[in-house]
Amino acid sequence: MSDAKMSDPNLARRDFLKGAALGGAAASTALPQAATAQQPAPPAPVPAAYAFLNTREAAFVEALVDHMVPADNLTPKGTDVGLNIYIDRALAGAWGKGDRLYMQGPWKTGTPSQGYQLPLTPSQLYRAGIEATNAFCVKTYAKPFDRLDEKQREEVLLGLSTGKIKFDNGPPAGPFWTMVYQTVMEGMFSDPIHGGNRNKAGWRMIGFPGAIAVHRDNVEKYRDKVFPNDPTSISDMS
Amino acid sequence: MVTKLKEVDAVIVGLGWTGGILAKELAEAGMKVVALERGQMRTTANDYSVPNIRDELRYVIRHDLMMDTARDTLTVRNNPGQEALPMRRLGSFLPGDVVGGSGVHWSGHTWRWTDMEFKVRSMYEERYGKNFIPGDMTIQDWGITYAELEPFYDRFEYTAAISGKAGNIKGQIQAGGNPFEAPRARDYPLPPLTPILASTMFDKAAKDAGYHPFPRPSANASRAYTNPDGAKFGACQYCGYCQRFGCEANAKGSPHVAVIPFAMKSPNFELRTSSWATKVLKDSTGKKVTGVAYTNVLTGEEFEQPAGVVLLCAYVLNNVHLMLTSGIGAPYDPAAGTGVVGKNYCYQTGAGATLFFEDRHFNPFMNAGGSNYTMDDFNINWSFDRGPHGFLGGYNVGAGFNTALPIGYRPVPQGTPQWGKAWKQATAKHYQMAMNIGASGSVMANRANFLDLDPTYKNAFGQPLMRMTFDYKDNEHKMGRHAADTVNRIARSMNPTAMNAATARTDPWTVVPYQSTHNTGGAIMGTNPRESALNKYLQSWDCHNLFVVGANAFAHNASYNPTGPVGALAYWTADAIKNRYIKNPGPLAPA
Ligand SMILES: Cc1cc2nc3c(=O)[nH]c(=O)nc-3n(C[C@H](O)[C@H](O)[C@H](O)COP(=O)(O)OP(=O)(O)OC[C@H]3O[C@@H](n4cnc5c(N)ncnc54)[C@H](O)[C@@H]3O)c2cc1C
Repeated sequence: MSDAKMSDPNLARRDFLKGAALGGAAASTALPQAATAQQPAPPAPVPAAYAFLNTREAAFVEALVDHMVPADNLTPKGTDVGLNIYIDRALAGAWGKGDRLYMQGPWKTGTPSQGYQLPLTPSQLYRAGIEATNAFCVKTYAKPFDRLDEKQREEVLLGLSTGKIKFDNGPPAGPFWTMVYQTVMEGMFSDPIHGGNRNKAGWRMIGFPGAIAVHRDNVEKYRDKVFPNDPTSISDMS
Repeated sequence: MVTKLKEVDAVIVGLGWTGGILAKELAEAGMKVVALERGQMRTTANDYSVPNIRDELRYVIRHDLMMDTARDTLTVRNNPGQEALPMRRLGSFLPGDVVGGSGVHWSGHTWRWTDMEFKVRSMYEERYGKNFIPGDMTIQDWGITYAELEPFYDRFEYTAAISGKAGNIKGQIQAGGNPFEAPRARDYPLPPLTPILASTMFDKAAKDAGYHPFPRPSANASRAYTNPDGAKFGACQYCGYCQRFGCEANAKGSPHVAVIPFAMKSPNFELRTSSWATKVLKDSTGKKVTGVAYTNVLTGEEFEQPAGVVLLCAYVLNNVHLMLTSGIGAPYDPAAGTGVVGKNYCYQTGAGATLFFEDRHFNPFMNAGGSNYTMDDFNINWSFDRGPHGFLGGYNVGAGFNTALPIGYRPVPQGTPQWGKAWKQATAKHYQMAMNIGASGSVMANRANFLDLDPTYKNAFGQPLMRMTFDYKDNEHKMGRHAADTVNRIARSMNPTAMNAATARTDPWTVVPYQSTHNTGGAIMGTNPRESALNKYLQSWDCHNLFVVGANAFAHNASYNPTGPVGALAYWTADAIKNRYIKNPGPLAPA
């Protein structure tokens, strides 16, 4: 219930410093009409506080979400949208700890059509995957992921997403990447009550109206017309 | 220690659509009925109200209303040569786990399946000859006819507040409806939903191509409605949070609105929630069942509920699982082709295209579960000649949106980067300016697609998990190519600026992502006990006081969603029990 209120003001201190350098870099190319960004100014930065991620993991996640969701005319950067907070809370909570996951052995690799078969909860896989990705980065670039430059980060993410990167020691990279990608999207587009999508930035980006209750009259009224981009969240309506 | 309870007339396992219908009908007919439901009571006011229900993460992604795979799941594989592994979390299908079952979070598309399904083998053999049907395709007639089921379809449609437009009333074709539907006695209880832009654009393109689109019939009340029993429905608000959510407006035809409250009103009815049925008990002859064993999942206590009649209404998969774990009926053996329980498990297939426009505003967040338009020209249209195409069955094609929420639905043209500024630009641009056209296709039964018990993995009650062996066969692949062609042809005629074309499925069935909760078969109805587990009244051939109600009874799967005939068969079974069985218990059909 107070999730949103507690996490909303959290901004990574590191990102605040980094952000000072990157800020204002947003290139303005053709603006999607629906998204004509009505993004409010980010709230005053305060330190991010983590319930699951340790220092190295937090650095990884912050770097990851800022790379995947860079600041531009559409949204602030990932940490300013709270993606790191969303991911941390998801991993610390029931889902991260394996809620609803069948965890009986024996454990076999199986075929792709048999789905997830690792003996790891999401938080265990996140932890092991970050360590393995960092090990790959150290081996390849002599630095962990969060210290790589933008081009190197892009190489790593492309390597993970296309299956080119295989971890020497650790879980398979495929399920790790699938989960990482999904959690970034969840943080971007879920209700802010869960810690991400701060100021409904993800929703404003696409013009999604959020938790609004009634469209009965809007179907005709807005047929082939742009619906006002002013999303409502669960806490706005509570 | 097992506590043995006092005998009742009927015990119902599962209180979703079928259990809700039977609970109401049998209790009102004077039978003492107990329903065992593994899930909890949930109500619209307490659980499905705004704003909390509007949470895509909780309901769509984290499966709040659905079965808990930590406790019980299935193992899956594509063919009998593989080792099955557990479906460790939900994906391909999402059965419910609360009072109301999947009927709380379904979308509501409600169809009348026709004799093209019920007489599938005889109709194809008669028209195309025996050799047209592949040797491993184990399709068979269901033993029931459309004419027998018509009044019960009608009953279900009026109970569940279906909005739609009749296409054929007593043989008279009706403008604006589905001209291929079988004759119905009267129109739907409610007019069609307001079509959304994507539906009207598809409607026009399909008509221009010579097809016969119509508004999809759906259990989303187009205006306020009171059903024949007195259940009150609100009008659908096109909120865009339908599939996988409970409806805060009570506008969705759901068992906890339409039928369960009437069972609850009857002094003959008792609901026990958190009660997980583990076994159907038999007497020493094995020819009758005596009740149900269950566990209270809040305390771990075990009970035995004796009953004169047992009704399994626990969804297809759980019904078949209970048959297998209880040793009722001979398990199906795919190698020998003998046995019946587990036989003819089917699913569905499909193909879809995404169309991108520069100047159309689809507002994909405004829709009802069923505000789509559909065409059946390649589905229940028997004059569509399958001969040259070499497949049986068919597919319907439709367009519109259903619950296009942004964690799950963010269309971008193929080749768009998956993150970064270019991804953001494309996502922002296309979310509102894209639409989909999709085909949903039938799956014909196959000898190698079946359900049995897994030799290795167990559920929380120490029982073997059910094992699902399933893959698409040549018939589905041929139909998939035809469907993809049709979809792409219509899509191109709409001149999108970019398009992710439909492609026929060639890869094996997978447990991820979500496809549909349209599992069928495993305890099928039929004309004789050698080929089917149930007779046409969904009564077990082996134990006449056991009825197994749900899409488990379907001898194959059509392109349509299943709940129209599931609901109709529940009323049909209730009618047979009330009016025939209780007066004269015994087999209702000759073996
Ligand atoms: C996301 C989604 C969308 C859908 N959309 C459509 C659609 O548009 N059109 C359509 O026709 N169909 C649709 N369906 C399918 C539809 O919901 C089902 O066909 C219908 O609900 C089946 O009714 P049932 O009574 O067989 O099972 P359910 O309604 O699922 O009820 C079964 C009940 O049994 C309980 N149960 C299970 N095992 C046990 C046990 N061992 N002990 C005690 N209780 C048990 C369950 O908790 C549940 O409450 C959809 C389903 C889903 C999940």
